Amino acid sequence: MVLLFALTSLVPGDPAAILLGPQATPEYSQRMINEMGLNQPIHIRLWRFFSNVLQGNLGIDIVSGKPVLKMILEVMPYTIALTFAAIVLAVLTGVPLGVYAATHRGSVLDNVLAFISVAFIAVPSFVIAIFLLLIFAIWLDWLPVLGTSRSGDWLDELRRMILPTVALALGWIGFIARLVRTSMLEVMGENYIRTSRAYGLSEGLITYKYALKNACIPTITILGLGIGRLLGGAVLIEIVFARPGLGRLIYSAISERNYPVVQGAVLVVVVIFVVVNLLVDLSYSAIDPRIRHAGATGRAGA
Amino acid sequence: MRGLALVVATLRQVCGSLTGAVGLAIVAMVLACAVFAPWLATHDPDALDVLNRFSAPSGAHWLGTDQLGRDLYSRMVHGAAVAMQVALSSIAIALTLGMTLGILAAYLPARSERFVLIVFDVIASFPSLVLALAVVAVFGPSTLIVVIVVAVTLVPHFGRVARSQVLTLKSAPFLEAERILGASWPRVVFYHVMPNILGPLVILASMDIPVVITIEAGLSFLGLGVRPPLASWGSLIQDGYQYLSESWVPVVVSSVALGVATLGFTLFGEALRDAVDPRIGREHG
Repeated sequence: MVLLFALTSLVPGDPAAILLGPQATPEYSQRMINEMGLNQPIHIRLWRFFSNVLQGNLGIDIVSGKPVLKMILEVMPYTIALTFAAIVLAVLTGVPLGVYAATHRGSVLDNVLAFISVAFIAVPSFVIAIFLLLIFAIWLDWLPVLGTSRSGDWLDELRRMILPTVALALGWIGFIARLVRTSMLEVMGENYIRTSRAYGLSEGLITYKYALKNACIPTITILGLGIGRLLGGAVLIEIVFARPGLGRLIYSAISERNYPVVQGAVLVVVVIFVVVNLLVDLSYSAIDPRIRHAGATGRAGA
Repeated sequence: MRGLALVVATLRQVCGSLTGAVGLAIVAMVLACAVFAPWLATHDPDALDVLNRFSAPSGAHWLGTDQLGRDLYSRMVHGAAVAMQVALSSIAIALTLGMTLGILAAYLPARSERFVLIVFDVIASFPSLVLALAVVAVFGPSTLIVVIVVAVTLVPHFGRVARSQVLTLKSAPFLEAERILGASWPRVVFYHVMPNILGPLVILASMDIPVVITIEAGLSFLGLGVRPPLASWGSLIQDGYQYLSESWVPVVVSSVALGVATLGFTLFGEALRDAVDPRIGREHG
């Protein structure tokens, strides 16, 4: 359903005319239109595109003549690595910070964190990226500036990923920390926590095993919904740091008016997005069996 | 007049917290820049002065000049106007459409309601920047496209809240009384339902402003939003970024402007939410 809508909205207007420019003769653009199958009615084009996609054929790049799928698969690992690294970093820092803020409520660090997390959430990630680039790569000269290593040197590649990952993750660290803090405070007030305290369980066990598990549910939801924003952020980050990736592919395809590539790449992004959302939906009923029953009524106010 | 008093009282409450006061100050500053841009700017934002490229901040050019010798301070002030125009117009469109659809959904029969909700889900499930990229790819970059795309992606946001608000309001005694007295549906909707659901929607709108500013700046940074020579914070950052090796001043100045503005609007939006109704829009924070 979602895919269907995505595709109908993506069928381009008249790429042949735009591709050939204003000087194209009518005969030539007609030939181009025939070659691209654009003179067919829209439902036939849509059907053809669909059946091609299902066979793993995303069309041919009109500039270089390479299959679009191959181009996408070439750059996918970069984007996935970047997004994944950013999520891991955000969760690994955000969750402990949130737990600390919740257990030390009102402390100096809690207040500082509250402000910093809002700041990180509010400031666009490409602005953060530019500042990181300026400070660490240009002024301090600690880390390599742009691009990826071509030689397949793992250590170098890792060093080049530090800045983009941090830039992408910072906003999420703040976001996750805040979310974990709020839901931890909520959970810590529940009866079962008091009961475990009364049983004499250690504070660490209560915090990390019993409270955190329940406090994680909203975080997972937000992470799922946030994948889209993260992918969008990755587009800008890839351009700031001149890294190859899905975002850069879409961007350069747009500037070249390379529609098959835009279409294919956007389709892939949307598919990733839908699959991730599905996984998120499935994962919370695995973590919290109550959601299966209560989910429908509990979400009305959201 | 009662409305004005309410606004003043709310703003006073917003100022009660430090972050709220800071946010309000920044918002007021950005709005002032946007409204009074032609008077606040010291130079014509598009006037070229190629001999004075990348001049450092000085008495003549408060924040220095860019790669074409244009006055950065004036361009930044005008950038505020562009950001506000895009943000306010797209949010106004999204608010109106979302509210209409939300009210409709709440009153429609279950089957049509489900259809509207599915449309909301479809739009909301799209990564908005990627959607914007795809649309720009088809129609070419322009300010109008940015406004439309952003508005469309925000409609479900407002629509869902409007619908759930109407649903809780529907069974309220005063509405039932009104119905029994024989009020027509336009009277119920325009006199009773709308004023009662507008509050939460306005708060949501204020929290969406930084999001819209970010999307506009992001698209303009990619050269896919506002067209040159119009100054947008995003395109200023892009210009500065391309000439980073010559001077770091433009990029830092314009990024700080964008960062401070989004931060200010976020702080303001959160303080407003806390002041009026802490339950709304938590997860979008």
